[in-house]
Amino acid sequence: MEGNHEKARVRLCYLCNQRRAALKRPKTLEQICRECFYEVFEEEIHQVIVKNQLFKPGERIAIGASGGKDSTVLAYVLSELNRRHNYGLDLFLLSVDEGITGYRDDSLETVKRNELQYGLPLKIVSYKDLYGWTMDEIVKTIGLKNNCTFCGVFRRQALDRGAALLKVDKLVTGHNADDIAETVLLNILRGDIARLSRCTSITTGEDGPIPRCKPFKYTYEKEIVIYPYEYFVAGIYSPNAYRGFAREFIKDLERMRPRAILDIIKSGEDFRISTSTKMPEQGICERCGYISSQKWCKACVLLEGLNKADSWCQLKVRRNEPGITVIALY
Amino acid sequence: MQLTLEFGGGLELLCDSVKIHDVNVIPNLEADKLTMKDLLVWVRTNVIKERPEMFMKDDSVRPGVLVLVNDCDWELSGQLDTPLEEKDVVVFISTLHGG
Repeated sequence: MEGNHEKARVRLCYLCNQRRAALKRPKTLEQICRECFYEVFEEEIHQVIVKNQLFKPGERIAIGASGGKDSTVLAYVLSELNRRHNYGLDLFLLSVDEGITGYRDDSLETVKRNELQYGLPLKIVSYKDLYGWTMDEIVKTIGLKNNCTFCGVFRRQALDRGAALLKVDKLVTGHNADDIAETVLLNILRGDIARLSRCTSITTGEDGPIPRCKPFKYTYEKEIVIYPYEYFVAGIYSPNAYRGFAREFIKDLERMRPRAILDIIKSGEDFRISTSTKMPEQGICERCGYISSQKWCKACVLLEGLNKADSWCQLKVRRNEPGITVIALY
Repeated sequence: MQLTLEFGGGLELLCDSVKIHDVNVIPNLEADKLTMKDLLVWVRTNVIKERPEMFMKDDSVRPGVLVLVNDCDWELSGQLDTPLEEKDVVVFISTLHGG
């Protein structure tokens, strides 16, 4: 193997100038070695946490853990930084079991492994417990069409409800810079001004019971994928849903100009909405108490349809009535 | 030329769910060398079993697919022009999957 490194050995790490460079950072275009990469990757996240005052000592924090690469790396990095910099946080892993046969088996295994590896207590909340329905049962009732809407709406609330059960102060998720740039684009395309103004905030829901934050807001997906490459077993890359055109567009942009991802986030942050624009008011769902801009939250609207068993056809008609939102995917 | 190819991040699903492939690639006789550009074409023909568009776009990998040659980001070694040598290890990881 030794001789094979010959061609790459020419370039030395931009930071330490000693070891061979192993990657090009998309953010800075610096060519750096693995050792320096781990250091700057972790240090940057620490700086984001400190600058944005994401946590206070003594807080209980739930990490939304899907078993995918982002949340696995987040759980590892947060537990490391918590130790290294004495954040004084009580960390927990929080996972959602949608009840899809075969789908979560691997990822729940990963999360259980993380529980042992990082010594973080794990709580798994299931759709069945929270809503009375597994995704398998929902698909049996409504078919494969539109089932993603149910899953997406239920998942968002499931994390909040699980976080409430754990009595945590905050919920952190593994959303990365690519995710946020994608969301900015989608919200512009959809003309969803309310979400556009929210989606770049590093902390959201501060007025609600459990605020959420995104420590990976400025972290490129490429670096999250490279980071665990040697540290973890390869099993953490759960190959689920391939994303849509906006994601591909982001990756095209990144190839041409890696900074583009951060620039899109910046555009989203700097977006100002004229004060005369009427924004939807956030209230509380009359049925379950969850935040909602309508009389009932989306989950309750969907559940009502399911429980009436005439679900989707009925719902489709009712979508156009006043007071019932068009159901968005996010 | 003996090479080890590794597919991750869901790309293994395009090649019978096998992650690691030990392969023997015959270099182009005229040029007498093998570059990543040649290897990609070879992989598309000989290793990828379905949906090649998930792996390649035009003559390169699809944006969002990470390539490491001997554990080194191929952006440092010249991407498509990266020369390959006996026993090199080439890793392809898709980042286009859920987090």
